[in-house]
Order: sequence, then C-alpha cells, then structure tokens
Amino acid sequence: MTSTDGALAGPQQYLRAQQRWRAIEIVFWLSLLLPFVVTPNYLVLASQVAITALFALSLDLILGYAGIVSLGHAAFFGFGAYTAGILSKHGWGEPLTGLLISGFAAGLLGYLMSFIIARFRHLALIMITLGFGFLLLELANSLGWLTGGADGLQGVKTWPLLGMFKFDLWGVTSYWYSLIVLFILFLVCRRLINSPFGLSLRGIRENAVRMRAVGAESRAHLQKIYTISAAIAGIAGALLTQTTDTVSLGVLNFERSADVLVILILGGAGRLYGGIIGAIIFLVARDQFSGINPQYWYFPIGVLLVVVVLFLPNGILGGLAQIVESERWQRWTANLTPWRKKP
Amino acid sequence: MTSVLGVLFDGFAYGMLLFLLSVGLSVTLGMMNFVNLAHCSFGMIGGYVTVTLMNSMGWPFLATLPMAFIAAAATSVVFERTMFRRLYRASDLDQCLLTIGLVFASVAAAAYIYGTIQQPVNLPSYLRGSYQVMGVTLGAYRLFLIAFSLVVTAVLVISLEYTRFGAQVRAAVDNQRMARGLGINVDGAFAITFALGSGLAGLGGALAIDIVGLDPSFALAYLVYVLIVVSVGGLGSIGGSFVAATLLGISDMAGKYYFPEIGSFLIYLVMISLLMWRPAGLFGRRA
Repeated sequence: MTSTDGALAGPQQYLRAQQRWRAIEIVFWLSLLLPFVVTPNYLVLASQVAITALFALSLDLILGYAGIVSLGHAAFFGFGAYTAGILSKHGWGEPLTGLLISGFAAGLLGYLMSFIIARFRHLALIMITLGFGFLLLELANSLGWLTGGADGLQGVKTWPLLGMFKFDLWGVTSYWYSLIVLFILFLVCRRLINSPFGLSLRGIRENAVRMRAVGAESRAHLQKIYTISAAIAGIAGALLTQTTDTVSLGVLNFERSADVLVILILGGAGRLYGGIIGAIIFLVARDQFSGINPQYWYFPIGVLLVVVVLFLPNGILGGLAQIVESERWQRWTANLTPWRKKP
Repeated sequence: MTSVLGVLFDGFAYGMLLFLLSVGLSVTLGMMNFVNLAHCSFGMIGGYVTVTLMNSMGWPFLATLPMAFIAAAATSVVFERTMFRRLYRASDLDQCLLTIGLVFASVAAAAYIYGTIQQPVNLPSYLRGSYQVMGVTLGAYRLFLIAFSLVVTAVLVISLEYTRFGAQVRAAVDNQRMARGLGINVDGAFAITFALGSGLAGLGGALAIDIVGLDPSFALAYLVYVLIVVSVGGLGSIGGSFVAATLLGISDMAGKYYFPEIGSFLIYLVMISLLMWRPAGLFGRRA
C-alpha cells in the first residue's frame, strides 16, 4: 500500500496511520469551496459533480474495495431518486428526511439484492447486475401511474433546506447541500475503509478463498458493504431529485451505470478520491464539449476507456501515486526540501 | 390457434437471428474466458457493410452477405491481435471496460458516418411476400432466415465434431492448460475461432436489418440479448446457445405480442431466475 513502514509495525499501526489526515487532503476539500468565489455561474454544474462523485464513491466501496463488478449500479441511484421524487410529489418535500428515507429504501433494496450478489462471481455476476438494472428500468417504465413512465415524474417540489434556504436557480443552496452531504458520507466511507472491516474487504478482493481459510466470513462482509453502497447510491439519487426537482427514466438507464464506472476507473478505483477526481474531469469535460452531438461524445469516452485499461490500469490517481512513490521522485523532493531527511 | 402458431414461427425466426449473433461469443468466452462486450459491434459492422454495398454500389442482397462476414471477421481479428490478447489474463473488469469502450466508440463512429436514422434495405422480390400454410402466414424472408441459420448450425456442429480443428477447439474449451500441454496451438485456434465467431455476428447483423432495423444503437441494444443467450445457454456450448436463443426469441416475441406492457420485464426476470438456479447456464459445465 502507500506506506511501507506502517505495514511492518502491525495492522493497528497501519490503520491508524491511514486514518491520519494529510495536508493535501485538507487542501483538496478546501479547494472544493472555490467554485463559490471563482466560478459562481457554474454552481449548478458543481452540484452535479458533487452528486456524481458521491455516486462514484458508492461504487468504489463495492468495486474498488470489495471487487464486486457491477454493471447496474444505477438501479440504486434511480431507486433513491424515485423514492425522493414520489415522497415529494405526495406532500413530503422536506429534503433531509427525504434523503434519509431514500437512502434507507435503497439500502433495503441493496440488502435484498446482496443475498444474490454475494453468491456469484465472474460472468454470472456481471449478467445479474446488468439484468437487475434493466429490470428496474422496465419496471419504472411500466408503472406509469407511480413514476410517470417515459414522461418523467411531474410535480416534484422540494421545500427549503432546514426551512430557511430555498433551492435557488443559481445552485448556491444546491452546491452547499450536495457538498456537505458528500463530505459527511466521505468521512463515513473513509472511516469504514480504514478499519479492520475495510481491511478484510480488501483481503476478499485479493483472494476470497484464502480469506475464508483464515476464518474471515466473506459472504457477510460482502453483503454488508453492498448494502452500505446501495444506501449511499440511493442518497446520491435523492440529492439529484431534490436539487433539480425532476426525475426521469434517465436515472435508471444503462448509460448512467456505465458513466459512473468510467468515472471511477478514470479517477482510480480503490482510492476513495478516485471517484471525486473522475467526476470533476468527466463532467467538466462534458460541459465544455456540450456543443457537439451527445452521440459523438461517447467516442472520446470509449477511446479514453481503452487507453486507461491498456496503459493506466490504476486510473489517474494510481498513475500519480506511482510517480510519487518512485525512487527518482523521492530523491528529487528530498533535494528540494533538505530539512526533510529520509530515514 | 393460428395466431399462436404465427407467434411461434416469428419467434423462432427471431431466435435464429439471435443464435447467429451470439454463437461466436459463446465459443470464444468458453475458450478464453474473455468477456467481449464488443461482439455486437462486429455484428453492426456486417450490417453497415451490407447496407453500403447495396445502396451505394448496387450489389444484390445475397452477394453482400459473404462480404459482411469477411469484413466483421477481418476487423475483429485486428482488434484481437492488437488489444484483446493483452488482457486474457486480466480481470473481468478490465476486459469489460476495454470492450465497452470499443462499443461506445463504435456507436459514435457509426452515428458520425451514417447518422442515427434507421438504414433502409431493399430485399430482392423472392424474399419478400409470404406464404399461407394451414392458415398461418409465413414470411418468405423469415423462412429464408430459418433455413439459412439451420444450415449454419449444421455446418458448425459438423465442423466442430468431425474435424481436427474442431477437436482442438473443443479441447481448448474443456481445459485450456491441458490442451496447451498437449501441444495444441490454443492462441492460433482461438484467433481463428474469434474471427469466425465475429464473422457470424456480422452475418447476423446483416440479416437482422429487415427484422429489427439497423441504427448505431444496435451494438448496445442487442448486446444484452446476446449476453442473455450466452449466459443462459452456457459458455462454449453451441447446443446451449441454440436452445437459449430459440427460447429467448419465442418468449420475447410472445411477450411483446401478448403482454406488451411488461414484455421486456419478464425477459430479465426469467434470465435472473435462471442464472440464480444455474449460474453456469442451462448447458454449461462451469461458471
């Protein structure tokens, strides 16, 4: 992993070292406040980025840490989005409780699915997650009386946040709201990953058979992380509903599952920050190229995927980490900062 | 009663189409465990080759079919040699990502070259029209499709069962390491199988135009159907693919005819239940 001396000192020390906040992390989170000052016209986009980052984070938990490949994670995102939308349409537009209820509903669905997910691997797993995604899309499409079908859900109205802050056209409230939710859930994930539970998840990812041999029950662990991931994806979906006041079938479709996978892989899976970095790059690029036909937009995305898989297997963050950990870089920075002696 | 027979007939023809599209993927997946989500993109190439040759160069329909096969096979082998072979030992995820990247790129490229409209195809007169047999309307083109696919199936089964090359392929599907140990050139056999499978997909893409139409979303829309056939039929099993494709074709047609509201929903539900019951597919021996 990142620190080699920590691993020698035993798992407790290793985890404690991982839990410590680094300066660059604090700088990163503070820099996410910059859009308020630097680009106040782009706050709507910024809140989309925060929501997508949260969704990618939820996928990272199962894909990056537990090694569960999912081609249908939009199912939980969409389930949360529709839950929040239907709640709001039928008279309960309070955002925070709506968020919690949607997260709980998606988590419940994830818990039920986890019984199936934990039993399969390889092609069967890919097919089941893919089929489940399509299943939910078809369900939402055919239950027109509940979801509005292909026309989308009409009449969603979210109340002001905490009774004070109305969701404005410029996205000031939306971005604050999404960013704070993202940060809180990021803290939860960070704590979760840097715990014995998180460590055993990585063990399952690396070698499930051996983990069972050392007495770690992998199925229960996989079910737990899948449920948590589904709940977070549902919260991300509910955030999208509440900040845009619309829900359409697009929240459930295959492109959304594929996009979030691309985002995570681009940023770097299994690194917590990978999804956030990926979301920033992906959505800002898409916004910049929005002039071209959305059909063509997928060409660079496809080529990018091929390039990342062939040449940058750990994503952008993985590539950066490789540079930072390399001998030459260490020597170079040691020369730059002579007061930081290498042990 | 006649409508039931009509649905069965149309569904069977549709199933044959799905079989042509998916049988290559089933065999290559069984051999190398390579999850090639771009299989339908090769099918799409076949479709566009046929459309281009017919509409721009005035070729007759039947003459374009071999070209569709060759174009799809040749393109696929280029990708196999340059990209796919580097990922045979990589994780499922990497294989999925690489090939889905190719799907995205191919969809966008097709949209750029041909636009997003449905491509027209003018069938020769002897393939148009229909026959009445005991009150059931049998479309001439569907009859042709069924006969064509049955011939292809027979050729496939015979060449796999009774030729030296077929025996090598079967050995590689059953146990790749053992086959290598016996001196079989698994990589070479795989490259040929891969080209043949993609060629069949190209043929399927060309034959599909009159039944389901052709636009850039073909590569993605039929990917799901192909994967259902492969995973339900079982990897590396031609018979399994045949049964699964027939079942899927008939049930999809019947679902759309009798329960148009929930037709596709039922398909996915049945697939998930089948996979939960038998993760290796109906005729598969290993997951």
